Amino acid sequence: MLKMLSRATVAVALLATGPALAAGEIPTPPAQTWTHAGLFGTFDRAAAQRGFQVYKEVCSACHAMNLLSYRNLRQLGFSEPQVAAIAAQFEITAGPNDEGNMFQRPGIAADRFRSPFANEQAARYANNGAYPPDLSVITKARKYGEDYIYGLLVGYKDPPAGFVLGDGMYYNEYYPGHQIAMAPPINEGQVTYADGTSNSVSQMAKDVTVFLTWAGEPYLEARKQTGAKVMLFLLVLAGMLYAVKRKVWADVH
Amino acid sequence: MTSVQWKNPVVRWVDSRFPVFSWLHHEYNEYPMPRNCNYLWSFGAISMVMLVTMILTGLFLAMHYTASTTTAFTSVERIMRDVNYGWLIRYVHMNGASFFFIAVYIHIFRGLYYGSYKQPREILWMIGVVIMLLMMATAFMGYVLPWGQMSFWGATVITNLFSAIPLVGEAIVTWLWGGFSVDNATLNRFFALHFVTPFVIFGVVVLHVAALHAPGVGSNNPRGIDMKGPQDAVPFNPYMTVKDSFAIVLFLIVFLGFTFYVPNYLGHPDNYIPANPLVTPPHIVPEWYFLPFYAILRAINFNVLFIDAKLGGVIAMFGAIAVLFVLPFIDRHPVRSARYRPLYRKFFWILVANVIVLGWVGAKPAEQPYVAIGQVATFWYFFHFLVILPWLNFVERPDPLPTSIAEPVLKGGGRLAAGAATAKPMEKA
Repeated sequence: MLKMLSRATVAVALLATGPALAAGEIPTPPAQTWTHAGLFGTFDRAAAQRGFQVYKEVCSACHAMNLLSYRNLRQLGFSEPQVAAIAAQFEITAGPNDEGNMFQRPGIAADRFRSPFANEQAARYANNGAYPPDLSVITKARKYGEDYIYGLLVGYKDPPAGFVLGDGMYYNEYYPGHQIAMAPPINEGQVTYADGTSNSVSQMAKDVTVFLTWAGEPYLEARKQTGAKVMLFLLVLAGMLYAVKRKVWADVH
Repeated sequence: MTSVQWKNPVVRWVDSRFPVFSWLHHEYNEYPMPRNCNYLWSFGAISMVMLVTMILTGLFLAMHYTASTTTAFTSVERIMRDVNYGWLIRYVHMNGASFFFIAVYIHIFRGLYYGSYKQPREILWMIGVVIMLLMMATAFMGYVLPWGQMSFWGATVITNLFSAIPLVGEAIVTWLWGGFSVDNATLNRFFALHFVTPFVIFGVVVLHVAALHAPGVGSNNPRGIDMKGPQDAVPFNPYMTVKDSFAIVLFLIVFLGFTFYVPNYLGHPDNYIPANPLVTPPHIVPEWYFLPFYAILRAINFNVLFIDAKLGGVIAMFGAIAVLFVLPFIDRHPVRSARYRPLYRKFFWILVANVIVLGWVGAKPAEQPYVAIGQVATFWYFFHFLVILPWLNFVERPDPLPTSIAEPVLKGGGRLAAGAATAKPMEKA
């Protein structure tokens, strides 16, 4: 008993320090329900496609997603012609050509998402000194992940009495320190969904968060499905090995 | 060593010139293990599995990784996105580091509980402490490679520790960095060192196993008494092979459960933000397996005579490992196992709790009350090794030891007659 206890204590205690790593004054956003959560979770593709539309029409004015290419959108259920059409909407700087000049051409599926700014300086200059972060892995780069992103998008409030906001800053319930340079990014009815889904702030925030979660962890479904097979295999193997162990040790005990 | 008559003529030809088959037969087939070893003895084999896992996954990661400050972060993301099963290889490597440490820490605490460091296993234990140090260096450098925020700032904090060395400290830090800050040269050399140190670890593990298998040494056991004959032992194969295999699979279930379902749980979100020398994260924390040592480092925030706080912290941190290195010469109580040392047993569990407290403090910001708790826990850590253990050498009256390993195992009425049961296992070999 003692030996079991000792093993369990050490293991549990070592693991328990994990969440404490990110200790800090980060307000806890309320947990949301996500279809991609849980052992067998899959992305809500319709929501992710709508979320891409929100990113394209709203967020991408300031936020780059440098790690994604248009071809990646195939994973969300867009067909090859649809992806080609989406990519072609963007003018991409390519080159140099034979004369050594850069030139503009319509995007192709292999292109990276076009960045709104040429570099960080240009981004800061256009945004009152603030740098809109790249959103490629944003849900993994923040404590509370997608719950935080959703909370941030819907968390704009009037500051409580006595709270002094800096110039050009906004009050957000879930942003660490509550002062954020980003204006409320999503407004009621800002995006018109082709499938007729409500374009309320919370719906758009939820959709774009699903899209961003997919963008940060595109192999989430493969990971969970492989995991299920691996776990099943290991559990059966463990059972068999235990039976063999009992048999081999039968004459010792 | 019993000589074996090999049936296969090729095996016989090779073995008579280079007795690798006889060695393997001797060390992994007939090698006598105390029959009473419990599952805590499987963590050596589990650690070996983790080391091989890390080397193999690391090899494939290195084929796709580029050690450059401008491309390191994106090359890791490329592995996650565009390399076939790259996400799996990288997550196994990432979580594998944590679970390698879990296995090794359990292995170490098992050694502490059952007195596995005592005569004649002092050198075996000291080689083990060297392995732990090498693992720490390797893990630290590996964590720098993805070039996220915690990579960069962790590297900055830890390499800066060397500046505490009097006179030459600053020069050493510049030399370590290959420049005047953590930069491309640092990343490049960390990658080179991170690639090679696992093979050094592998070599030292071979020494560790050789020291265990040395004539007259062999494995300790929960009773902490020597084997007196074949009735106390079982041959390694099939007894330990099947038992270790079962333990390994159980461990893999937990390890891969994390890898497949919560792969980033043990990491820090800030490491998904590309390194930025101009933005310091609010709290710089190392990976969880360094937290107790980090707490000891930060506990010394006062000067002692001519030693300033920074140097004192570094001395305390390395001292925490050095004290383990010389432990066999501190704890000289003749009884090995804590089962028969009621006082030591209590202090062992206090030490375990103390190390957990240190880990918890290490994750907290450097403010009160955490600093004070960390100082008390740091004091107790050294007090345990430097005062309590020597004191127990004199005062602890152990419980009566069993006369043999076989006897207590069979107590309570085994199904077989004592003579038959005790003689049987080794006869199989």
